Amino acid sequence: MKIQQLSLFLENKPGRLAEPCRLLAQAGINIRTLSLADTQQFGILRLIVSDWQKAASLLAGAGYACKVTEVLAVEVPDRPGGLAAILELFATGPINIEYMYAFPFGKQDKAVILFRFDKPDEAIERLQAAGVNVLAGVEIYNGGAQS
Amino acid sequence: MTEPCWTAAPLHPASALDYIPVPLLRHLQRERLRAVVRRAYEKVELFRTRMQERGLRPEDIASLEDISRLPFTVKTDLRDTYPFGLFASPIEEVVRLHASSGTTGKPIVVAYTREDVEVWTNAMVRTLASCGIGAGDIVQNAYGYGLFTGGLGAHYGAEAIGATVIPISGGNTDRQIMVMKDFGVTAICCTPSYFVHLIERARELGVDLRDLALRTGVFGAEPWTDSMRRHIESHSRIRAYDIYGLSEITGPGVASECVCQDGLHVFEDHFYPEIVDPATGDPLPEGAEGELVLTTLSKRAMPILRYRTRDITAFIPEPCPCGRTLRRIRRISRRSDDMFIIRGVNVFPSQVEAALLAVEGTLPHYLIVLTREKGLDQMEVQVEVTPEVFSDKIGALEELQARLVRELENVLGIRAQVRLVEPHTIQRSEGKAKRLIDRRNLAD
Repeated sequence: MKIQQLSLFLENKPGRLAEPCRLLAQAGINIRTLSLADTQQFGILRLIVSDWQKAASLLAGAGYACKVTEVLAVEVPDRPGGLAAILELFATGPINIEYMYAFPFGKQDKAVILFRFDKPDEAIERLQAAGVNVLAGVEIYNGGAQS
Repeated sequence: MTEPCWTAAPLHPASALDYIPVPLLRHLQRERLRAVVRRAYEKVELFRTRMQERGLRPEDIASLEDISRLPFTVKTDLRDTYPFGLFASPIEEVVRLHASSGTTGKPIVVAYTREDVEVWTNAMVRTLASCGIGAGDIVQNAYGYGLFTGGLGAHYGAEAIGATVIPISGGNTDRQIMVMKDFGVTAICCTPSYFVHLIERARELGVDLRDLALRTGVFGAEPWTDSMRRHIESHSRIRAYDIYGLSEITGPGVASECVCQDGLHVFEDHFYPEIVDPATGDPLPEGAEGELVLTTLSKRAMPILRYRTRDITAFIPEPCPCGRTLRRIRRISRRSDDMFIIRGVNVFPSQVEAALLAVEGTLPHYLIVLTREKGLDQMEVQVEVTPEVFSDKIGALEELQARLVRELENVLGIRAQVRLVEPHTIQRSEGKAKRLIDRRNLAD
């Protein structure tokens, strides 16, 4: 259920983003999706890749501060109010959404959003109880949700 | 009942002199002081002229107390007499020359007779013995071999004590880790900052030093803090010992911690220590903090009288539980010439190090950058983000930054900027770490 996401610390300087991407490319690792959070001085690059174990040891070996965290890939109806309904589930707490970003390969009428929860296991329970589909890792790491 | 700390290592025969009764030690020191003063006066023009200026003759220095009548020797004296001006032996008796790196202008040159090399080796044997190293140890000597005294000093000592020496010298970190692992290395000699780099690089290669046979680190050649020791010991499961030495006096082997890890015993039968007020040069009362001054008691090729080391320390008046009678000095965490003044406040790099390690036990790589903007001094501390403190959440990193700023302000009394930088962006040194860049003179 849980997706392994890699995060990298990058300084806010020209060329810093290209380097890890090039490393992954040379190793034949595909970036499924990414998001970049940044401040004036530094940024955090979050990556979902085709082979996270290989990518993590590659990036650590290259000297990056690299962390593996668990995120959830949640199917969201691709219509007005689809995302709002899911966010409503967490409006009352105590499960917090730390951040979220989109996964580019949806299914016909469904979008896929990646969520970083502070309590991922409880979040899965709550989502599933509400009938929301939480995608398995294999669907995300390989070929996208499009089957 | 807990075992006393000195039982943690076997007693080595070479250490016997470390336990010499104090009256006998003082007698030995007095005899040696008189001889070295006479030799310096007779053989070296600089010392003769300086003493004559003060109306001193060698026989005026009769007791150990008389040493304070002698003039000091400073680093520039060694530079001004470059290359051989302070030699007391003819060159045919000199078997070895070393030289400092000479970052500014000419290096300083130091000389050894065969006897001097033996004394130095003996001091290093006693150093290694007091760190619990002996025959059966496999010693990786990662001090630089060459003109720098660290490499050969540790090498001769380790070989003489009967250990297996790997003369790997500094650098090529990946090979260091391979050798450490494959050869079953039990002890390493290098600078503490280089060892921190080894820990970090090993982890990147998937090697945890805690799983290896390594159990002892002999670290010197630069000031470091107790916080850094805790960082090293918890990340490598070794005992990290502080040793002290300087080329001008002999090289490594002037003083060393024992297994009690509480202050460094000075091998004072060869190197006579004093603590003086760095501003006035006056002797300070026992236990007061000041500048370490050393006189070589046995050196033949290049005797040095009352050398101003610039290292700040204090005698520890209480006897050491290990039973050694040699006086202890506190670990040197700063040098009087390391100090910088920013907005009227005196700051030592070691204070910055302690503050960073107080917030997070895992931020050993830092660099202080001083600049001047519109006439106002600015201090920025660059800190490398390690995998332990890194978070995928921006807020957590900003919070870390804020805590570092607060702790620095607590310790230093001034506000500094903290910049989080990527691992490996601060230049690593195979020898002494560079902790400070002062750009204030370049622009106004």
